[in-house]
Amino acid sequence: MRYSALSLFANALMGQKGWKPAWRDAAPKPAYDVIIVGGGGHGLATAYYLAKEHGIRNVAVLEKGWIGSGNAGRNTTIIRSNYLLPGNEPFYEWSMKLWEGLEQDVNYNSMVSQRGVLNLCHSDAQRDAYARRANAMRINGADSELLDQDGVRAMYPHLLDFDNARFPIKGGLLQKRGGTARHDAVVWGYARAADKLGVDIVQNCEVNGFIRDASGAVVGVETTRGPIRAGKVGLAVAGSTSRLTCKLDMRLPIESHVLQAFVSEGLKPLIDGVITFGAGHFYVSQSDKGGLVFGGDIDGYNSYAQRGNLPVVEDVAESAMALMPSIGRVRMLRSWGGIMDMSMDGTPIIDKTHIPGFYLNTGWCYGGFKATPASGWCFAWTIAKDVAHARNALMRLDRFRTGHIIDEKGVGPQPNLH
Amino acid sequence: MSRLPSGGRIDRSQPLSFSFDGKAYKGFAGDTLASALLANGVRLVGRSFKYHRARGIFSAGSEEPNALVELRTGARREPNTRATTVELFDGLSAQSQNRWPSLDFDVMSVNGLLSPFLGAGFYYKTFMWPAAFWEKLYEPIIRRAAGLGRAAEGTDPDSYEKAYAFCDVLVIGGGAAGLTAALSAARSGARVIIADEDFALGGRLLSEQHPIDGAPATSFVAKVEAELASLPNVRIMSRTTVFGVYDSGDYGALEKVSDHLAVPAPFQPRQRMWKINAKQAVLASGAFDRPIVFGGNDRPGVMSAQALRTYAVRYGVAPGNSAVLFANNDYAWSAALDAAEAGVRLTTIVDVRTEVAPALTARAKALGTRVILGGEVVATSGKVLTSVIVRSGGREETISTEVLAISGGTTPNLHLTSHFGSKPLYNKELAAFLPNTPPPGMAVAGAAGGHFSLAATLRTGAELGAAAATAAGFNATPVAAQAEETPSGISAFWQVKGARGKAFVDFQNDVTNKDVTVAHREGYRSVELLKRYTTLGMATDQGKNSNMAGLAIMAELTGQGIGETGTTLFRPPYTPVALGAIAGHHRGKDFRPTRPTPSHAWAKERGAMFVEAGQWLRAQYFPKPGEKDWLETVIREVKATRASVGMIDVSTFGKIDLKGPDAGAFLDRVYINMFSTLAVGKARYGVMLREDGIVMDDGTTSRLSPEHYVMTTTTANAAKVYQHLEFCLQVLWPELDVQLASITEQWAQISISGPKSREVLAKVVDAPIDVSNEALPYMGVAQGTVMGGVKTRIFRLSFAGELGYEIAVPARHGEKLVRALMAAGEPFNITPYGTEALAVMRVEKGHVSGSELNGHTSARDLGLGKMASTKKDFLGRVLSGRPAFLEEDRPILAGFRPVDKTKRIRAGAHFMAIGAEPVLENDEGYMTAAIFSPTVDSWIGLGLIKRGTERWGEKVRAYDPVRGEDIEVEICDPAFVDPKGERLRV
Amino acid sequence: MRIPCPYCGLRDSHEFTYLGDATVKRPDPAAPNALDTFSDYVYLRDNPAGAHRDLWYHASGCRSWVVLERDTRNHAIGGATLAREVTP
Repeated sequence: MRYSALSLFANALMGQKGWKPAWRDAAPKPAYDVIIVGGGGHGLATAYYLAKEHGIRNVAVLEKGWIGSGNAGRNTTIIRSNYLLPGNEPFYEWSMKLWEGLEQDVNYNSMVSQRGVLNLCHSDAQRDAYARRANAMRINGADSELLDQDGVRAMYPHLLDFDNARFPIKGGLLQKRGGTARHDAVVWGYARAADKLGVDIVQNCEVNGFIRDASGAVVGVETTRGPIRAGKVGLAVAGSTSRLTCKLDMRLPIESHVLQAFVSEGLKPLIDGVITFGAGHFYVSQSDKGGLVFGGDIDGYNSYAQRGNLPVVEDVAESAMALMPSIGRVRMLRSWGGIMDMSMDGTPIIDKTHIPGFYLNTGWCYGGFKATPASGWCFAWTIAKDVAHARNALMRLDRFRTGHIIDEKGVGPQPNLH
Repeated sequence: MSRLPSGGRIDRSQPLSFSFDGKAYKGFAGDTLASALLANGVRLVGRSFKYHRARGIFSAGSEEPNALVELRTGARREPNTRATTVELFDGLSAQSQNRWPSLDFDVMSVNGLLSPFLGAGFYYKTFMWPAAFWEKLYEPIIRRAAGLGRAAEGTDPDSYEKAYAFCDVLVIGGGAAGLTAALSAARSGARVIIADEDFALGGRLLSEQHPIDGAPATSFVAKVEAELASLPNVRIMSRTTVFGVYDSGDYGALEKVSDHLAVPAPFQPRQRMWKINAKQAVLASGAFDRPIVFGGNDRPGVMSAQALRTYAVRYGVAPGNSAVLFANNDYAWSAALDAAEAGVRLTTIVDVRTEVAPALTARAKALGTRVILGGEVVATSGKVLTSVIVRSGGREETISTEVLAISGGTTPNLHLTSHFGSKPLYNKELAAFLPNTPPPGMAVAGAAGGHFSLAATLRTGAELGAAAATAAGFNATPVAAQAEETPSGISAFWQVKGARGKAFVDFQNDVTNKDVTVAHREGYRSVELLKRYTTLGMATDQGKNSNMAGLAIMAELTGQGIGETGTTLFRPPYTPVALGAIAGHHRGKDFRPTRPTPSHAWAKERGAMFVEAGQWLRAQYFPKPGEKDWLETVIREVKATRASVGMIDVSTFGKIDLKGPDAGAFLDRVYINMFSTLAVGKARYGVMLREDGIVMDDGTTSRLSPEHYVMTTTTANAAKVYQHLEFCLQVLWPELDVQLASITEQWAQISISGPKSREVLAKVVDAPIDVSNEALPYMGVAQGTVMGGVKTRIFRLSFAGELGYEIAVPARHGEKLVRALMAAGEPFNITPYGTEALAVMRVEKGHVSGSELNGHTSARDLGLGKMASTKKDFLGRVLSGRPAFLEEDRPILAGFRPVDKTKRIRAGAHFMAIGAEPVLENDEGYMTAAIFSPTVDSWIGLGLIKRGTERWGEKVRAYDPVRGEDIEVEICDPAFVDPKGERLRV
Repeated sequence: MRIPCPYCGLRDSHEFTYLGDATVKRPDPAAPNALDTFSDYVYLRDNPAGAHRDLWYHASGCRSWVVLERDTRNHAIGGATLAREVTP
């Protein structure tokens, strides 16, 4: 059933009894053309675009738990395309364009809300770096504005600390098209749309090995629900990537790290868009429900534990208070942790591998949510055509060996600094 | 008034005044805001999130879903404060929230009528057309309507603290189990901390009427508390909530130091966050009643059975003139009957069971309470409750009542046990989830562990308290405390079928049983999907009240058992924690430490403007009266320096002392150029790489003696380089015999530059230091004393590109040196300058700095490739040989000047061929720095551009759309001033 | 999290900074295949879910580099050794 005001009205009159499952709870078939391992946003988007853009509909998405149970459901929901480097900005701007048409495309309201992303700067050097970035964004067709202190003050006259700050706000980089989306709804929207195109979404089906032919090519997966064969296998399992690739004797340029995120109790509207602090690790937005959704830096040590420790919680709260001294009495309601594939240069990998039939989507660090549409789109292209699209052409696995690293922050091969 | 004529643990001799929604009321010391409101007959307290339903007070604890208020006003306003946890104080002011125009008449309650359209997930199915309307129309309406209370207006005027504590045994909860646990551990000599969120110890014992060891429970509490207080190894922390469990036995706790006062006492914080490290912990957090799902179960006047008892027994309040109990378990009977014995008029008990322990029915009979077995409440009525409809034996009857006490069973308060990801296990017999594997070192006692009866609570507390102390290395035995076993029957029951009106599962988020059904129908069947689709369990109670019924209804729909359906995980914090408390004093100017330079006081005296450089505060420029802007000042400072002499404090540069026979060999490995060959008494500029071939830092290193070097780093990288060197020595090459020490703080370093700097220096040095060009040539180092005996190291070098010296003295003499140099330089018009003039002079000279050492550039990119020694290996050498590093098109450092000399160029502009379309393919690099050069008399810049060194003289665009500029610039030698370095050597 | 520094004893983790996998060893820079071995050394990691040997630097303490045995699934800490005493 197509979702619309009309279908909503009709169902209201019949006691909501007309709704059908948003996607079929499929049982796995013995074989598929393509198997996508991982039922998060990236995996589901990949399956959707495989079916929609490339006509490959004999596709299964295998999810070990429930769809969206990994980082797709554990992020701070920010979407933006304010990147600097040529390897990144065209990709993220493409993602932004897909976000802008997503809801109509998949017929699901993912609450894509372009209320602006404001990155604050606190020094002349930071402002110059933002100018460079803002220009790079314009060159790539994205929108960007450089604000001075008055410009920031006009956006948030009462909230931010302009008078007693340790690191005074000098201005900011504003991307008005940036904003947030409802993370779970993105997952459900892609799942429902992919399902409609014939994709099998198989939950509670954990992949624990690969089937390989005599030449070494990957021709299927071993799962908790039995072996399933496939022409091609694509991996989109942030937080579990190394656990699976080690079964193929692949070592990757990633480390798994825990990132905590937080939500406050619900409040009447306080923060319109997304704000990021430039003198500490802190970013915040307010959900439509009223909770402040915020986060900071990763805990900083290898972890698969999906939970973090107090020092980062304190660091985040300190930055929050330094930036917005009126929120001291607002309470943190809940915290959670997700496992990030932190890559060695802070940039993801969407590529085929040296193993025929095996494709890799990993290394999203803590920026994977905003990339969901373009990641799925580019990964689908790469799998379907066996070659990268121009938009992910630089997100190669061999860039570390050739030296074509894409290091936005310039901090080098240390994952916990990206 | 609903205050009972006597009883309660309130102090009737201490009346307190307070207001709610502007109306004045009276309560007593010992009340909570909730008990005081009920005592004044105030039953409508809040509005729900979505349908704006009228809501009252459901619980008597921190799990309260309904009675959320805005406490205090203005900059102290605390939204979403549970009235049930607010200790009453004189002058308290609270307002209802999420209603307009008033609590009594809330326009948004019309949403309730629209509920057929506003069911679970309605917003995912609509508001999509046209696309632009989401941000402009639909979302603003949703945002305004959503949310609960309003945040404070203005900077939080109160302060917060953090504190550490260490103990052998942490007891979480001061109720029956917590008290016996703490006492059992404490008597062994173990260091014990007992923390309770309440302002009084005792937990359920403050409300129950059962005797312990033959005496009233309250005297047991008093006795144990007195003994604990007398022991030096025990710390009692009331008003303290343990909110999170972290690794290695770390616990986060929030102490509400002043929340029971109108304003904090002088020098006292509002709240204090504790980080408690405990070898062992006993969780004794009790249990609470969960609701039953039936039509109108949310109406003000509906409250948990335990809460009814607490209000009656502990606070001496009858929450209404009559009460009905609807339950499925014996504990609820005990609670309601206790309340009745305290003075509540309990007219009727409705139980879904057909058989109940005779002891309980006998008690009811004695009180004159009617008992309806095999009955259900199917509906309620009244804006605040006036009556309930009870169905039994196929018949319905209406019973008038102001209070409906409900209990669907006892839910262990096991929040903290799942902070490490352990999913609770379902126990069919108790119809409850019990802790699975608590975090290491934690044991769960009493009701939190499913030991609901008072006798079991006391016993398990004592046993686990003793066991914890024993595990921590003490010899402990459980204390004895006896209580009678009480009836404990329960029959699992979650919702009344065929109920009329909305039947709520999650009160605060307005999730009904129909919403759960819709979620099931649409395939959102995993408990996590159910939660996310319906928002069940996402309210401020984290689902403490709602999870059980919600997943039980889902289990029924899927046909799986409750255990297989499972439950969602509780995440820290246990109850919401104020951000101010977690931040502590790290706010405003104290957000991060401020490091003043040795000359800070002097610079302040001179009227310097300061700038943040990491944690440092450095002089930015020294304005003189009459100068119209910073640029005029900076131009004066630069001109004076180049013409005569200028001075700047460079103490912020990192300084590292290296000693040992292998120091030279070590430096050869970390720098791209040679240092083992450096002569004693000489300095050399060095560049070090990361292992990936990118430049990490630059600076000068001097050799003071054959086995003693001193290195300088950039200000920004001081700590990073020091850590890197220790890494190289301890991890990569432990065979090298070198010792490092950071001496950044120990030495003040003042730089003087300009043609007259030698004459100034000559006036401050002591014999035998000879500052002549022969004795102290460019890149020479002298050691001795200045100012009549102050130890010094003098380095002849200059970042500004002039004859110059950096004079280091012990930090405590830094300010004295600055004043001495100023005095010595007076005849030469010595001019102090700051970071701005320094930035100008370094760009004029073509020296790289932070904006070029940006983590993207190799030595070759910066024009420093020739420095790399080919005679040795060095860190980063191998990977700087990767193909990408050798590409011809890599951006290389160059100078830039505007073709039209009047134009201002800016850092951040991108370079493109003239006439080229501004697209990615045509992007050739960018401007890293741009300044106005008084020496060149125009704006000039440094930048990275493809094949930079080969293109001097070529013109390109500096494209800067974000600032609306597009300026033609000429590529040139980055050294605008003295490219041959002659001025340095005079 | 508390880290048993071999020199200072049990200290809070916020005194330390983290580097990463302690098992990778810097290869021979003179070897003919150094470009490959160095790429692997700098970039590739086992990244196990389970037993891991971490490098931590006691920045706000004795400035030792410490090799910590830690389980990445639950942060349980085994033991700690000074990095310079770990035999390569």
